[in-house]
Amino acid sequence: MSVSDSDLEDAVAVDLGATEEGVFRAVSRRRALDVLGRLRLVGPTLVVLVAVAAVFPHLVQTNYVTSVAMQVEIMMCLALGLNFVVGYAGMLDLGFAAFFAIGAYTTGLLSVDLHWPILATIAPAVGVSLVGAIFVGVPTLRLRSDYLAVITLGFGEIIQNIVNNLSQTGGPEGISGIPPLRIGSLVVTSTTGYYEVFLILVVIFLAISSRVRHSRLGRAWLAIREDEDTAQAMGIKVRRYKLYAYMAGSVFGSITGSLYGSAFIAIAPPSFGFSESLLVVMAVAIGGIGSIWGALLGAGVVIAFPELFRQFSDARLLVFGVALVLIMILRPQGIWPETGLGIQRLGGTLRKVARRVARKPQQHRDA
Amino acid sequence: MSPLSVDSLSLRFGGLDALSEVSLGIPDGALYAVIGPNGAGKTSFFNCLTGYYRPSSGSVRLDDLDITGLGASQVAALGIRRTFQNVRVFPKLSARENVLVGAHLRAGTSFVGTLLGTPGLRRRERALAEEAERWLDYVGLAHQAASLAGALPYGMRKRLEVARALIAEPRILLLDEPAAGVSSVERDELAEVIRKTCQGGVTVMMIEHDVELVMQLATTVAVLDHGQLIAEGGPQQVRNDPRVLAAYLGKRRK
Repeated sequence: MSVSDSDLEDAVAVDLGATEEGVFRAVSRRRALDVLGRLRLVGPTLVVLVAVAAVFPHLVQTNYVTSVAMQVEIMMCLALGLNFVVGYAGMLDLGFAAFFAIGAYTTGLLSVDLHWPILATIAPAVGVSLVGAIFVGVPTLRLRSDYLAVITLGFGEIIQNIVNNLSQTGGPEGISGIPPLRIGSLVVTSTTGYYEVFLILVVIFLAISSRVRHSRLGRAWLAIREDEDTAQAMGIKVRRYKLYAYMAGSVFGSITGSLYGSAFIAIAPPSFGFSESLLVVMAVAIGGIGSIWGALLGAGVVIAFPELFRQFSDARLLVFGVALVLIMILRPQGIWPETGLGIQRLGGTLRKVARRVARKPQQHRDA
Repeated sequence: MSPLSVDSLSLRFGGLDALSEVSLGIPDGALYAVIGPNGAGKTSFFNCLTGYYRPSSGSVRLDDLDITGLGASQVAALGIRRTFQNVRVFPKLSARENVLVGAHLRAGTSFVGTLLGTPGLRRRERALAEEAERWLDYVGLAHQAASLAGALPYGMRKRLEVARALIAEPRILLLDEPAAGVSSVERDELAEVIRKTCQGGVTVMMIEHDVELVMQLATTVAVLDHGQLIAEGGPQQVRNDPRVLAAYLGKRRK
């Protein structure tokens, strides 16, 4: 009997307890080869990708494309931050924009009112967001799933309402005239300049995310996500580690917010609402929960798709919605799931869909 | 001497006495089996020992330390590790990573070291990864190190749980029905792993329904029925105990 690759993958995916050991051996051998291939390719591929991304705005020469690309990078940073919370530790956070807002407003206030340089405002922004994370996290992180989602949603709303109503934060008008980022004698003023700044931030966040994922901390987070009770039997202090994840996310969120304020010169409450939080969650979920590459791809999708669909004018959000539904049907585990891309599986799915579309009766090959 | 001793432990769920006044001591280096009919309170007993349930009364002591009512992660930190009846591996982690999670309390802790990838931390991580491979080999899963735990067949997941508990270098290992639902070949491999572990100096406590396995391995057997300890002693002695026979086979009507 010959067994094709996709059949093998399916067998693994449905987890048939009775499947023979030989099949598993074959799968694990192929997985080992995958790992070897990846090790040799990942480094150079990354270097090339970053290099291409770095020269990209100079090639396209249009401010519009660069500006969209910069927004994609900002979303990437936020998605990598939320990935700690949702992806690694498995807690649904629907108020992530709160930390984005804390970063942006702390930087805005310190730089406009007190004339602090932007770089110097990052540390206090991180400090304030950590205080926020601990303040909200300590009493609530013992809650599970839906309850936590409601609490974080509330936190997001509270922060947005605070900045919307306080006169010190400029109320609905927000803060304007945030000075440009200065690094030594270098002053970043152009969109291209900020594009490069955020590119560096993405690379740093990426490096941290992947380091942490393969450390004791990352393993503890994933264990909690997979099975909280069992994680305790490993000696993992679950509540403390959940708080760490929430804090790590808040750090990424607030740093991104700080630089966002400087890049856009003006900030206002609508940028930090529930829809922004939801967009970040979508980026993580569409990309593949827990997957670093997935978070990056997901960020690209949620920002770039609505722009690509501008030709549909009024219907563009409808088209965006349909595209998201299609992604969810075709890749329920995300575009790039953490367990690997599974090209074979993707091929299998496409074949199945093609067959279904062609309305041919689907043939089952039973093992 | 008993490193782990239980004194009149009771656990009540509403009106139900899951455990009542159970007292026993597990001798150092023992292979201590807990048997009893379904619903006798065996798993509840394990859950009380490992911090998953808080007993209603009574105490659990590890050496001279009262560990009654400690949380599960604290009990684990004291060197008491367990496996679960309904196999609980971390499905989306590889077998190797599952074992590494078991070594949580032994792994490098420096956060800055993690971010910078300092050589010292890398060395420790590498050493730990090698040790994980050794434990996988110990339970016969070396060839599955990179496979996702959730994709492994049932018997392998059970063995993976054992490796995950052992890498923590526990003093006491609690196995909840290690042989349930595994094939006879795997059962023999498992028996071998348990015997090796016990000989290696780990005190093993196991809940098991497979009488043959219990008779073959255990040095001491305790029998629970309706939450009460009805017999304790050597395998042969317990086997012929009239109360045990009654609990398993029913009482003869007179």
